[in-house]
Amino acid sequence: MIRVVLPFHLQQLANTGREVAIQVDRPVTQRSILDALETRYPVLRGTVRDHATQERRAFIRFFACGEDLSLESMDQPLPESIANGSERFMIVGAMAGG
Amino acid sequence: MSGVRVLVGTRKGAFILTSNAKRKKWEVSGPHFAGWEIYHINGSPADPDRLYASQSSGWFGQIIQRSIDGGKTWEPVDNKFAYEGNPGAHKTFDGTQQPWAFKRVWNLTPSLTDPDTVFAGVEDAALFRTTDGGKSWQELPGLRNAKGHLWQPGAVGMCLHTILLDPSNPNRIFIAISAAGAFRTDDGGETWLPINQGLKSNYELPDPEAEVGHCVHNLAMHPSRPGVLFMQKHWDVLRSDDAGGLWREVSGNLPTDFGFPIAVHAHEPETIYVVPIKSDSEHFVPDGKLRVYRSRSGGDEWEALTNGLPQSDCYVNVLRTAMAVDTLDSCGVYFGTTGGQVYASADSGDTWEPIVRDLPAVLSVEVQTLP
Repeated sequence: MIRVVLPFHLQQLANTGREVAIQVDRPVTQRSILDALETRYPVLRGTVRDHATQERRAFIRFFACGEDLSLESMDQPLPESIANGSERFMIVGAMAGG
Repeated sequence: MSGVRVLVGTRKGAFILTSNAKRKKWEVSGPHFAGWEIYHINGSPADPDRLYASQSSGWFGQIIQRSIDGGKTWEPVDNKFAYEGNPGAHKTFDGTQQPWAFKRVWNLTPSLTDPDTVFAGVEDAALFRTTDGGKSWQELPGLRNAKGHLWQPGAVGMCLHTILLDPSNPNRIFIAISAAGAFRTDDGGETWLPINQGLKSNYELPDPEAEVGHCVHNLAMHPSRPGVLFMQKHWDVLRSDDAGGLWREVSGNLPTDFGFPIAVHAHEPETIYVVPIKSDSEHFVPDGKLRVYRSRSGGDEWEALTNGLPQSDCYVNVLRTAMAVDTLDSCGVYFGTTGGQVYASADSGDTWEPIVRDLPAVLSVEVQTLP
């Protein structure tokens, strides 16, 4: 299972806790994680990726393994530690406006 | 006993204020959707317990919420607003063309007769409709044929912010866009006419009397006379007596005719309200005084309403969707400020009291008169 960390407002929308576990077929990529997340929680469609372009929304970041993966290809396989659930895939609201 | 429900959208959530018909004691519910911008929350005239809210965020985009119990509980519905076909491009601030892109929903106006049918005015400007209670939204793309390539954003974006449904003709709808102008359909939204003749935008447009491009801030009508429209433009207050065919200025003795909202008394079709704002460079009330201006003659002659409103050191704004009226025998008038106050008058504006003083900046105020 993939462990995905959601920001506060998306936890509220999806009525979940901070971390959710979702089944994702390999190869595990940002796109496959988001596809699975949106299938499990349809209310999150459009909140992480733009409906029309399917691109990451401007103020959303993806962190994992101590790295900012936001600018990596959506289809690049993610590290094994994320695929096996030992590391979490974090969806983060970018620091802005503070 | 009848009462009122005031639906307040703010920068950081929604609030629902309720009272009986005396409108003296209020219950405050909220924040709903705390931390999100609520551009608009509105109720169905056909079913007062059916509410819709536009919930948005710079981080997480657009959500639409629906309630079937008067705002006690909510459920998210479809949030996908996809333009029909290739929407093309519109003008942007520097005069160049920019592709149409959805940003947020500014206005949710439920049908007068069907609680499952709702119109949504969005940025970049377009009109959408749901007929299944928000499960899906479809654009009415004919609007863009009304010279959409010449529309441009106002300071807050190219937003379709005002929707008026004609109670005497279900095929007639009026809308307004900043900065494109006012438009009317007479065929249920298939085709649209710019209705901007008579508007003059001397400092905003190279052709002050252009067919489109005017920064209309708000429109209002009285349901008994849907052919009579009132407009607060960027500058100028205007009226049309022929469903937008021709406008004439009725700013009269207003201290400034810049402003955002305009409203019509529930029982007096020639009594209208505006809140003058100092200028387009200084978005606050003039002279530190919060004054609603009322005309009982449909414009031209205005009186300041100040009883109960701060008359010194006040520098708030009142945004375009933030004024509304109830339909009780003694008409109630309500408005919210960027300072977080919601003021109510239970006597047509003669006297005012704050319902709440310390909300986040108020984006919208709608009022339901409950049986």
